[in-house]
Amino acid sequence: MLKYIVKRVLLALLTILIICMITFFVMHAVPGGPFNREKALSQSTIDALNARYGLDKPLWSQFINYMRSLLKGDFGVSLKNGREIRDIIAESFPISARLGLTAMAFALSLGIIFGSAAAIMRNKWPDRVIVFFSTLFTAVPSFVLATLLLLIFSIKLGWVPVWTATETHYVLPVMALAAYPLAYTTRLSKTSMLDALSQDYIRTARSKGVPKWKIIFKHALKNSLIPVITYAGPQIAYIITGSMVVETVFTVGGIGTKFVSAINNRDYTLIMATTIFLATLMVIATMICDILYKLVDPRIKFD
Amino acid sequence: MEKKNTIPKKNPLSLQLNLSKFNSYMFEKATDEEKKQQDVMSESTTFFKDGMKKLFKNPLAVGSIIVLSLIILIIIFAPLIVPYSYEEILSVNGIRDKGAKNLAPFTYSKMEQQYIDAGGTRFPHIFGTDEQCRDYFIRVVYGTRVSLTVGFFASIIVLIIGMLYGSISGYLGGKVDLIMMRIVDIIYSLPDMLLIILLSVVLQTILNFSPGSLLDSLGTNMISLFIVFGLLYWVGMARLIRGQILSIKQNEYILAAKSIGAPTSRIIRRHILPNCISVIIISTALQIPSAIFTESYLSFVGLGVQSPMPSLGSLANAARGGLQNYPYKLLFPALMICLIVLSFNLLGDGLRDAFDPKLKR
Repeated sequence: MLKYIVKRVLLALLTILIICMITFFVMHAVPGGPFNREKALSQSTIDALNARYGLDKPLWSQFINYMRSLLKGDFGVSLKNGREIRDIIAESFPISARLGLTAMAFALSLGIIFGSAAAIMRNKWPDRVIVFFSTLFTAVPSFVLATLLLLIFSIKLGWVPVWTATETHYVLPVMALAAYPLAYTTRLSKTSMLDALSQDYIRTARSKGVPKWKIIFKHALKNSLIPVITYAGPQIAYIITGSMVVETVFTVGGIGTKFVSAINNRDYTLIMATTIFLATLMVIATMICDILYKLVDPRIKFD
Repeated sequence: MEKKNTIPKKNPLSLQLNLSKFNSYMFEKATDEEKKQQDVMSESTTFFKDGMKKLFKNPLAVGSIIVLSLIILIIIFAPLIVPYSYEEILSVNGIRDKGAKNLAPFTYSKMEQQYIDAGGTRFPHIFGTDEQCRDYFIRVVYGTRVSLTVGFFASIIVLIIGMLYGSISGYLGGKVDLIMMRIVDIIYSLPDMLLIILLSVVLQTILNFSPGSLLDSLGTNMISLFIVFGLLYWVGMARLIRGQILSIKQNEYILAAKSIGAPTSRIIRRHILPNCISVIIISTALQIPSAIFTESYLSFVGLGVQSPMPSLGSLANAARGGLQNYPYKLLFPALMICLIVLSFNLLGDGLRDAFDPKLKR
């Protein structure tokens, strides 16, 4: 067990290092430097500035320097407005985290309920309705859904006010963000519930006269949850990328909006820092999910 | 010359019916048709035929095949019928039509109306026009073309790289397999979307094609999209194919075939390929909608295909601007995306049910 955890943590660290390397070297392939201005500086000034910031050193030592400052929590400054990127992340990330976690909780809990219900009432009308909607919502891109929700509920009907800097309304963004994972979780938990219900131990329990609700909650549900937990890792990745779109549509001032506007402004340092930050987050989340998955299911062998 | 009784005499100890009581003229020879009725064997089918038969019994899969073929027919033939092009700014008799901005579906601008009243014919704007006086229907058609092409080629790239890598790894096994799969593990755990965005941002500024070449007309964004797909998305396919080959290799029937002395080529052709081709087809079919999703996502973030070339994602994204007044402009491309993705998903499900022998009930 411990061996597995150590192995998994090492893989995660290696992945994070590779991400940092890709980000750093890919970003350095972009032509132009930080001192390219409309007013051309003299070559001696540029040389002096490069020497001052260590940019005259070989790329490898620059990378090591960058990693060193990253470890200290220093992400550098934004190219466009000169703000500390650390501050930008610290200010926008809590909003995104709250949005994402709410959406995730929503998607997971409702998905398990819907999926299990569909499996238990197989081939009856609730099953058909649930399957219809879960198939439909896996085909709708999140930005389309977000835009439609905004159009219908905020603009046409006026039920939910639009998100402003001072007032926050999580309902619509959470719905838009949770739709796809919800649909996916529903399908997943339906198949795994069906699978669990067809097992021999369920038949044994039934033949012993255990009441139906007890079979479902005590025997089937517990076993059907395992594949759903595995999906939680990819789901976090989906929510992080999805939140960029949803936040932009609803003008939520989270890290997703910052990332999209950084792309549009070609704010390279900010793109670099947010990529590394979000990627690290994803890798750690997947790692925790993997370890949890092994802990939950005693049947899985450790190799 | 008819023999009266050819039925042999019964052994007295036999428990059989005494046939000598009957005469041969009491019997009638069975016709060929009757003989056939006795045949309980079903017609011999191949694996492929069997799967197709099952596929066509699935109404959802048939429906999505019909929808997809309709869409493909439309995107092939509509540009031949509709007299506008996707980047053409509308004009009447060579004069630029400034009133043809943001027309509703099936309406004409003032200039066009005058032209029609004067006896001219004008092709209707089925989806209206956009804010730059371009026919919206043809733009959606071209957008669908672009999105489907992106999806198709991206899946082909993924398929080729994944298949080569996966089969080499699965076939060789041992240390090579171990190292190759570690590489896959690492690429797999990289957050794909973030890296796609990152690479697209950079590739856009680096890639420069000589103007007029094929690559240039595709646009750097599209090329970088393919590069990114080729770099990152093949891992899933490679894993899948390796797993398939590994598990099939261990089956008893492979051992049996080997022990009879079947050559490797026959084992691969008759035993390994038919067993993993279904999985390959299904995951390729399912790769197309995910590529279309990715493309529309990148278009939304501002990294999609280059304008004036439309894609469904960029059209939907552009439509957000005038959402309050012209919601239909979002609706058409969005519906198209949903329709395509839904059809491919349902078709993929149908294919899996029809071709995956392990799911047979």
